[in-house]
Amino acid sequence: MLGNIDTSLIDWSRAQFALTAMYHWLFVPLTLGLGVIQAIMETLYVKTGKEHWKTTAQFWMKLFGINFAIGVATGLIMEFEFGTNWSNYSWFVGDIFGAPLAIEGIVAFFMEATFIAIMYFGWDKVSKRFHLASTWLTIIGATMSAWWILVANSWMQYPAGMAFNPDSVRNEMLDFAAVALSPVAVNKFFHTVLSSWILGAVFVIGVSSWYLLKKRNTDFSRRSIRVAALFGLTASILTLWTGDGSAYQVAQRQPMKLAAMEGLYDGTTHAELVAIGVLDPAKTQYNDGKDPYLFHIAIPDMLSLLAERNADAFVPGIRDLIDGGYRLKDGSTALSAEEKMERGRVAIQALANYRAAMKENDAEEMALQRSILDDNFAYFGYGYIQEPTDLIPPVGLTFYAFHIMVALGGFFILLFILTFMLEKRGKLADARWMHYICLFSIPLAYIASQAGWIVAEVGRQPWAIQDILPTSASISRLDASSVQLTFFIFLVLFTVLLIAELSIMLKAIRRGPDNLITND
Amino acid sequence: MNDTYIFLQHYWWFIISLLGGLLVFLLFVQGGQSLLFSIGKTEMQQVMLLNSTGRKWEFTFTTLVTFGGAFFASFPLFYSTSFGGAYWVWILILLCFVLQAVSYEYQAQRGNLLGKTTYRIFLVVNGILGPLLLGTAVGTFFTGAEFYVDKEQLTNPASPVISMWATPWHGLEAVLNIWNVCLGLAVYFLARTLGLLYFINNINNDPIYARCRRQLLPEAATFLLFFLVFWIHWLISDGFAVNPTTAEVYMEPYKYLHNLLAMPAVLVAMLLGIVGVLCGIGLTLFKQGYRKGIWWSGIGTVMTVTALLLCAGWNNTAYYPSLAEMQDSLTLQNSSSSFFTLKVMSVVSLLIPFVLAYICYAWRALDLRKITVEEMEQGGHRY
Repeated sequence: MLGNIDTSLIDWSRAQFALTAMYHWLFVPLTLGLGVIQAIMETLYVKTGKEHWKTTAQFWMKLFGINFAIGVATGLIMEFEFGTNWSNYSWFVGDIFGAPLAIEGIVAFFMEATFIAIMYFGWDKVSKRFHLASTWLTIIGATMSAWWILVANSWMQYPAGMAFNPDSVRNEMLDFAAVALSPVAVNKFFHTVLSSWILGAVFVIGVSSWYLLKKRNTDFSRRSIRVAALFGLTASILTLWTGDGSAYQVAQRQPMKLAAMEGLYDGTTHAELVAIGVLDPAKTQYNDGKDPYLFHIAIPDMLSLLAERNADAFVPGIRDLIDGGYRLKDGSTALSAEEKMERGRVAIQALANYRAAMKENDAEEMALQRSILDDNFAYFGYGYIQEPTDLIPPVGLTFYAFHIMVALGGFFILLFILTFMLEKRGKLADARWMHYICLFSIPLAYIASQAGWIVAEVGRQPWAIQDILPTSASISRLDASSVQLTFFIFLVLFTVLLIAELSIMLKAIRRGPDNLITND
Repeated sequence: MNDTYIFLQHYWWFIISLLGGLLVFLLFVQGGQSLLFSIGKTEMQQVMLLNSTGRKWEFTFTTLVTFGGAFFASFPLFYSTSFGGAYWVWILILLCFVLQAVSYEYQAQRGNLLGKTTYRIFLVVNGILGPLLLGTAVGTFFTGAEFYVDKEQLTNPASPVISMWATPWHGLEAVLNIWNVCLGLAVYFLARTLGLLYFINNINNDPIYARCRRQLLPEAATFLLFFLVFWIHWLISDGFAVNPTTAEVYMEPYKYLHNLLAMPAVLVAMLLGIVGVLCGIGLTLFKQGYRKGIWWSGIGTVMTVTALLLCAGWNNTAYYPSLAEMQDSLTLQNSSSSFFTLKVMSVVSLLIPFVLAYICYAWRALDLRKITVEEMEQGGHRY
């Protein structure tokens, strides 16, 4: 009945989702990070009764509100794009994936929506403590929302707690706790939220440093920096820890992503961790034997240690994962990509046979095909893959994004330590060089944040759901031109709104905490 | 299929219907926005109107998102078929809500790039298109949509997509059905009516009050005209019935009337709802100084819309009929999530009363004092 899928439809669908996700993630981390900082400041106000903490909290709330609005707008598109552009995915795993999204709406969004109104409009209408509770509940709501959407995302990377049902032709949830509390989800949540706190802290320090550079609002800026530096430092150290946990989970569940993150083509024991490196663009084949790096500095044994908690452990490279044949931890031999693809095709054919037998009420044949399907279902998604090399994600983008993220993570730890020490010694207000560093760190925080998601999402290609469903089989049946058109509509719309947001934000910062009330 | 599973499918259709009812009530925000320039004749009046609906817009927005999320979790085949097929309708709805999300915050800010009037026009556009498109889209629950579903496609690696739209218009063809448009217009004028009632309740300003009351009669009369035309047609039209034994979908004369008669509680809810809407309008029109019409009409709206949507899915009815292939129509049985997922989600749904309670508490805390010129001229955050 249907013609073959147009590959440009897949590309445009991916492009549209990537565009929406990247724009959305420009705004969410600031909401999560700044939200906590402003709540801490308001807590200090309620605890000490000092008016200047109220002004400080209100100023950051103003910037929070400007950022929040556009985050909500892009978030709406993202939620519905699962249906509009990934309808096959929505059916195939909606039984599992839909639940976190619905819980996010019921539990988190309403909390956020209700208490943000009190946070902005309730200063003179409710008691101090009720207002403070509302400010905290707003950010708790936002953070709970992050929990559920990250549970959903983690499940795509590590599909746990489910089984395929050939009668309904979809995956169905068997264990809610395995979905909501999977180690991948827990790590991803803490890593993502804590890194957002870093961005919030860098933003506060950067903006405050601009005031110090301009020699205005000094007390306000120093107050803000004290809170943000301590907060950011705590978040940075915890992010380092959760980052290690995330990478360990990647090594266990998505070895191809780990290999791409490290540019590791040939697996080895005592694998080294690349600290700095430049990939050789002349390496075009995974098995051409060329050195992947033009140059690199590496830490011996460290990749084995981080990935397997054992410096002697074998870490498979891209060639190993495609060609198979290496020994797995359970003692078995790894299948090659070709073998996995064959088993995937067997699983898909068994499903077709099962469905045909079901129509004819042939119970014996159904049982036989069900057994074949169950034996091969772990490779179901490979049945849709055309070439083994389709299983290799874009190595360059994943490698550089990962190393930029890690390097910037280290830089932020130093930044927070230095800022805190200078402020504690009373030298920050006069350290103009430091003000410039803090100011120019703001875009770096955004780059680190985006890079993290590039690693997570580009690194898992071609999978929408790891090993179960590739992106090519997840799409909606649309004309490529329709998606192309909406891509450009969103591109123009989001860009205009981003420019407007930046312009409003800059104007509000220029006006400063002394001019909080008036808008236009 | 066991009885508990069937109960949970019906329970989740009730939750969807209730969310739909709450969403239509909360469209008073959109209705109010569409009246921004006709009720607000001065800058201060427009600021008061914006601050009135601006403190509630996130509830509408969040209810819309939760409506989508709940559909995804409980009836994923609808989510995938309708959103992926009626692409343009949903994209248009989303776009107009995106405009709303930024416009309140940005319209009065310095450096907003597009100017205050542009953002206010965005709010008017959202106010008109939001209810109109949502109402038209919901109309397809009764009139049908152009789609096929073929789950066997998943076994075809070259073309594994199971849902396909039968027209190149991807949902826009819904406007060619007069009854869809009629429902869309009814929802639009209802939203405007509710918007007026909300302004009357929420703003303490004589010129706005007088203008809202003057505008209420024509808006409410137009709403009633479209609603009654749709409702009467709905009661006497053929509907998409499902044979519970064979799962065959067939046309049944007076199906929705039969549904009401077969479910007296739903019939009573619908009639009480209609009376509630009329009471709110009538009391405000005929009782000078009466400002609580929004609550009568609001609760009436929730009851009426919930009952209408219950009739779409309960009592062996195909809630999303396929015009392309009737047997592909979506029913509670063939499109729902698994028993386990519905059970988990039902436990989560126990939180809904708690959520409603804190919303009511916070709403009351904010609205104890009405919006006045003095408040707008004082300090504090305002749009």
